[in-house]
Amino acid sequence: MSELLVPHYPQITGVHPPMDFPDYRSTALRHPTQPLQVLPQRLTEITGPLLGESRVGPTDHDLTVQHDGEPFGQRIIVRGRVLDTRGTPIPHTLIEIWQANASGRYRHIGDNWPAPLDPNFTGVGRTMTDAQGNYEFLTVKPGAYPWKNHDNAWRPAHIHFSLFGRAFTQRLVTQMYFPDDPLFSQDPIFNSVRDVAARERMIATFNLAETKPEWALAFDFDIVLRGPDASVFEEEDDDD
Amino acid sequence: MTEDFGLTPSQTVGPFLHIALTWEDGNLVVPRDFPDAIRIVGTLYDGAESQIPDGLIETWQADPEGRFDHPDDLRGEKEPPEGFIAFGRATTLDGGHFEIVTAKPGPLPAGGGEIEAPHLNVSVFARGMLDRVVTRIYFSDEPEANAVDPVLNSVDPERRSRLIAEASAKDPATYLFDIYLQGEHESVFFEL
Repeated sequence: MSELLVPHYPQITGVHPPMDFPDYRSTALRHPTQPLQVLPQRLTEITGPLLGESRVGPTDHDLTVQHDGEPFGQRIIVRGRVLDTRGTPIPHTLIEIWQANASGRYRHIGDNWPAPLDPNFTGVGRTMTDAQGNYEFLTVKPGAYPWKNHDNAWRPAHIHFSLFGRAFTQRLVTQMYFPDDPLFSQDPIFNSVRDVAARERMIATFNLAETKPEWALAFDFDIVLRGPDASVFEEEDDDD
Repeated sequence: MTEDFGLTPSQTVGPFLHIALTWEDGNLVVPRDFPDAIRIVGTLYDGAESQIPDGLIETWQADPEGRFDHPDDLRGEKEPPEGFIAFGRATTLDGGHFEIVTAKPGPLPAGGGEIEAPHLNVSVFARGMLDRVVTRIYFSDEPEANAVDPVLNSVDPERRSRLIAEASAKDPATYLFDIYLQGEHESVFFEL
């Protein structure tokens, strides 16, 4: 090889929540206590899985048509763009989502909350961003649910999002919340993000212009992954 | 970076990740009959040394020739071996246990004439974790490559072994690699 030109994805501090956050009790035994070792970004870090169409079925983006009947609840469109911190759209990248049904229950063997299961709702979606980084899901608004973390603890309504970007450094799992949720103030997972502006980036925006008359409300949720530095560095190798 | 493009924060995967993030063939980086296929098996533990059954282990690695089928690997296009997909995803649903079937990656240029020993990058997700943690898997039967690996050499020698998967005495194609999120055996985790 004559040279390696690789991007670098700078660390952005103060955005992600601390791994140790006592208000969210389950962090107590699940956070590292030793200092993290610095891992320089080399080939393994600046590459990553470019997962494609083979992971996405034709109805995976529409969580309301995956069964014979329609799920209960308020139909919603969730749409947005996947960008990096430089504002560059990330095209053709896999997005995975999962959520509770309209009554706040997950189709999961471990969910014992006695809210009704919906036979017509699995709560799992997948899609790819298009060439401009846009994505869209059709689903129903998930319900809030109790979770025993603290006295009278309820999770605000949320949808889990999993994204890959194009590099190992860009991998992100996050949650999308809904505007004006009265449960925000008591939720330690939402509030584990200490920077107020960063926390608010997890809240979708209601979009009246994109609602479908007599059909569905629309919410915008842009997701921003770590971006490459403005410059690339160059490595010379005289062996070539 | 401007305020308009502020990073989206990480959140926990929660306890119900497996409805979406489980792929039937997710833990097969290569088919089981791939030439020289290896298994990496281990258990994910919390700080009380309890097994974590609601976790997810993801791996990312070069192919056996030390190449990535990715546009940012600029060493020249090269097709990966048939059946090799570089990415692995294993749940710990089975009482905290996980298994990745893969091929040992090749060594990689690290710049400045240094060579990285064969390794996998690993992401760990679980309920109770507000962000993923990242560790690496090296191989016990690569002592010479490991000895000059710049990442291993940056780690306290007393903790270095926690990054090295041990070939099983019973089956040299099986490597054992447990992950401890904290405690006496805490794994080595990276900031990147």
